[in-house]
Amino acid sequence: MSENEFENSMLSATADLYDSALRTESPAGLCLHGVSKRFEGGVTAVNEVTLTVRNGELLALLGPSGCGKTTTLRLIAGFERVDAGSIEIDGVVVASPTVHAPTEKRRVGMVFQEYALFPHVNVLANIQFGLRRLPADKKSARAKEVLELAGLTGLEGRMPHELSGGQQQRVALARALAPKPALILLDEPFSNLDASLRARVRAEVRSILRASNTTAIFVTHDQEEALSLVDRVAVMLDGTVKQVTAPHELYRNPATRAVAEFIGDANFLPGIGYGDTIECELGTLATQKPARGPVDILLRPENIELLPASPGLPASRVRHTLFFGHDQLITVQLPSGTFLDARLGTSDGYVPDQPLQVTVRSPVIAYKRAGSQ
Amino acid sequence: MISRWRARTGTSVHGYFGDLFRVVVLLIALLMLLPLAYLLYRAAGVGLPTAVNLLARTRAVHILWNSLLLTCSVTTLSLALALPLAWLTVRTDLPGWRIWTILAMMPLVIPSYVGGFTLIAMFGPRGVLQELLSPFGVERLPSIYGFTGALWVLTLFTYPYIFMSIRAALHRFDPSIEEAARSLGYNGWQTFLRVTLPNLRPAITAGGLLVALYTVSDFGAVSLLRFNSFTRAIYVQYLSSFDRNLASLLSLALVVMTIILLLLERNSRGRSRPRYYRSSAGVVPPRQRIPLARQKWPALIFCGSVILMALIMPAGVILFWLLRGLASGESLVPVWTATLNSFRAGVMAAVAATALGLPIAYAAIRMAGRVTNFAAQAVYVGYGLPGIVIALSLVFFGANFMPLVYQTLWMLVFAYVVRFLPQAMGAIQMSLLQMNPRLEEAGHSLGLGNRAVFGRIIAPLARPGVLAGMALVFLTTVKELPATLLLSPTGFSTLATQIWSATDEAFFTRAAAPALVLLAMSACSILLVLMQEEKDVRE
Repeated sequence: MSENEFENSMLSATADLYDSALRTESPAGLCLHGVSKRFEGGVTAVNEVTLTVRNGELLALLGPSGCGKTTTLRLIAGFERVDAGSIEIDGVVVASPTVHAPTEKRRVGMVFQEYALFPHVNVLANIQFGLRRLPADKKSARAKEVLELAGLTGLEGRMPHELSGGQQQRVALARALAPKPALILLDEPFSNLDASLRARVRAEVRSILRASNTTAIFVTHDQEEALSLVDRVAVMLDGTVKQVTAPHELYRNPATRAVAEFIGDANFLPGIGYGDTIECELGTLATQKPARGPVDILLRPENIELLPASPGLPASRVRHTLFFGHDQLITVQLPSGTFLDARLGTSDGYVPDQPLQVTVRSPVIAYKRAGSQ
Repeated sequence: MISRWRARTGTSVHGYFGDLFRVVVLLIALLMLLPLAYLLYRAAGVGLPTAVNLLARTRAVHILWNSLLLTCSVTTLSLALALPLAWLTVRTDLPGWRIWTILAMMPLVIPSYVGGFTLIAMFGPRGVLQELLSPFGVERLPSIYGFTGALWVLTLFTYPYIFMSIRAALHRFDPSIEEAARSLGYNGWQTFLRVTLPNLRPAITAGGLLVALYTVSDFGAVSLLRFNSFTRAIYVQYLSSFDRNLASLLSLALVVMTIILLLLERNSRGRSRPRYYRSSAGVVPPRQRIPLARQKWPALIFCGSVILMALIMPAGVILFWLLRGLASGESLVPVWTATLNSFRAGVMAAVAATALGLPIAYAAIRMAGRVTNFAAQAVYVGYGLPGIVIALSLVFFGANFMPLVYQTLWMLVFAYVVRFLPQAMGAIQMSLLQMNPRLEEAGHSLGLGNRAVFGRIIAPLARPGVLAGMALVFLTTVKELPATLLLSPTGFSTLATQIWSATDEAFFTRAAAPALVLLAMSACSILLVLMQEEKDVRE
C-alpha cells in the first residue's frame, strides 16, 4: 500500500513538473504502447495495442462487441491494470506492469454507457462533484460555464431521474468536462438513446467537445456513429487495432480484408493480380495498389453498375431486389454463380431473372487471398 | 411487479356468488380487528383523568424513555455491525466471503428469548462463566441484567435485518457510479463516503426500521433480562395486579409507538427512489473485489468476533447445558411433549391462517372495491400489533365474553392467526400477483365455469404461494412467545414457554434441549425467507 502511495505521489509530482511543458510541446495527448490485458481464464481481451491520440482530437475506437474496445477504455481510465505495455497521458506514464496511477490522479473524464449520474444529488451537484478543490466562487462559475456549454441552464435543480435520456447524456458529459480533464473517454455514449434522438444528441455532443477543445475517445460498435462523428477511427478486431485513419480513408481504403468486411457492405470477387491490373470475371480492372497472384477484390455495392445485357456475352441475372425509397439493393448472380450486391438509384426498376451486364467503377482494391503464397 | 396485475381487475366472480364472497371476506377482516377494537374500547372506558393519574403513578414516561433508548441503541449498534459486514462480504476479497455471508445472516435463526437464555446461561449467576471462574475465587460477576443485556441480545440477533438490506442494495448498486466518482478525482474512501453511503441510505433506513420494530415489540429478551420497556411493564402489570385499565393504556401507548415506526417504514419503502441505471449491456467485466491486502486480518477478526458472539457462543452454551443435563439424568419427556404441543399449535395456526388468507388475498387482487380493500388493510393491522398486546386483549375479552373458548387451544390459535395472517397472505398474494388475469379469461373462453377455473387454473398456480405461506406461519408460530405464554390452556407447555420459564428460574439444563429443537425449526423458517431474499437480490 505504502509503496503504491509513494509511486502515486511521485507520479503526481512528475505530472506537475512536466505538465505545462509537455502540453504545449507534445501533440500527443495519449499514447498506448503495446498494451495488453489478459483476464482470468486466459482470455486476452487487449493484445499489444499501440495508439496515439493528438491533443484536441476526437477518435473513435470502433469494433464489434467483445473486441476489447471497452477494456481498452477501462485500461486508459485506470479501472483495470495493464499486463504489458504502457499508457502515457500528456507524456506521463500512468500505467505499465509496474506503474498504476489510480483513476483519480489521471485527469481523465469518463462518460459511461448508462451515464452513471449520482442518483442522490441534483444536476448542479453532479456537475460540481469534480470541482471540490476549487474555491466556491470559481466552482459556481465553472459549473455555470459548463451548464451553458451543454445547454443545461435551467435544469440545475433537477434530479437525474427527472431528466430525459438526452439531458442525462449531456449532464454526464458536462460533469466529465467540468474539471477540465486531459482526456474524455466515452463508452458507447449513444447506445441508450432512441434512434430518433441519437442523431441530434450526437451532433450536440460533438459540438460541445469541439467548443471545449477536449481530446476525446469514443468507444462504439456503430460504424455510422464512428464515421460521422470523429476525426480518426481506430478499428479494433479481436483485441488488436487493425487500422487508424480518417473516416473517408477508412471506407475507401481498408487496410485488410477483415476491416473491409467490418466497415460498410462489401462484395468480394476472386481475381489474379498482375501489378497494376487484375483479371477477374468482370474483365480487367485497374487497382489502387499493385497486387500480384490470387487476390480477393473488394467491390462496394455503390461501385457496381448494371447495364442492359449485350447479345453474345454470357449474362448475369437479377436474383433479389430490396427497395428502400432513396435507393435500392439488387442482388445479381454472375454467370460463374457468384452473387454480388449492387446499390443503385431508383430511376430504373429491376425484376427477378432479368438478364444484365455487370461493370465496376475502377480503380479497385484487392487483398491477397487467404492461404495463398 | 407487485402491482402489475392489480390495475386490471378481471372480475371473474360475479353476482350473487360475488356478494357472498365479499361478506365472508368482510367477516374475516372484522374478526382480525377484534383484539385492537377491544383494546381501544377498554382504554376508552378508563376516562382521561384516571388515565393520566394511572400513567403518572407507574412512571409511564420512564417506560417510554426505556423503550426509546433501547430501540435507538439497538438500531445504531446493529448498523455499526451490519455495514462493515455487508461491505466486507460484498465488495472485498475477504477470505471466505461466501461463508461469512451465510454466517452473518444466521443469527436471525435465534429468537430473542433463546438469545436471552444463552446470555444468562453464559454470564448470569450460576452461568458457565461463573462456574469457570469460581475456582479462582470470583464470587460475583457484573450483572448482565437490564439495559446492557437487552441491548446485547437484541443487537446480536437483529443486525442481520440491516445486513441483508444493505447487502441487497450493494448488489443492486451500479459500479460505474463509483467509477465516475473516481474519474472525478475522489479516492476510494472519499467515494465511499460521498457516493456509496448516500445511496445506501434507503436500504439502511429500511433495515434499521425493521430492527426498531422488532426491538419495540420484543417481549422475550427484555422480560428475561428484566429491562422495563413497554412489553415487560405490560406483562408485569398483568401478572401482579391484574389491573386491566393500566395494562390496556400501556398497550395502547405501545401500539402507537409501533404504528409510528410502521408508517415510517412504509414511507421509506414507498417513496419513489431515484432509479439506478444498471449496466445491461454485459460488456463491463464483473466487478473486481477490492483487495484488502494486509488489512484482511483486522477484517477477519471483526467478522470472527461478531460470529463468535452471535452464533458460536449461543450454540456452545446450549450444547454445554444439554450435555450437562443429559449427564445428570434430566428427563427428555417434557421436551418431547412440548415439541408435540408446539407442532400441533403450529399446524393449526398454519391451516387456519391459509384458509382465511386465501379468500382475502384473492379478493384484494381480483375484486378491487371498497369492501375488499378495507379487508386487506384490516388484516395488516395484526402485523403491527406486538404479540403481548394481542394476547392481553384476548385474555380480557375471553375472560369477559367467551368463557367457553377462553383457556382453550382455539383461543391461542386465534391469537396466532391475528398475528401471522399477513405472512400467509403476503406469500399467497405473491403467487397470485404473478398470475395474469388473462389466464382466467382464457379458461372461461375454453368453456370452463367459475369452479373449474378455480380448480384447474387458479389453485395449481397459487399452490406454491399457499405452501410457502403455511410453512412460514407454522415456523413463526412455533417461535412465538408472549401470546403462547398468556393464552395457553393450563398445563399446555410448548418449546417457547419451556425455554422461557426454565431460564427465568435458572434451570438452564431444562432450557437447553427445547432451545436446540427450536433452533432447528427456526433455521428452516429463516432458510425459507432467505431463499426468497436471494431471489430478490438476483433479480
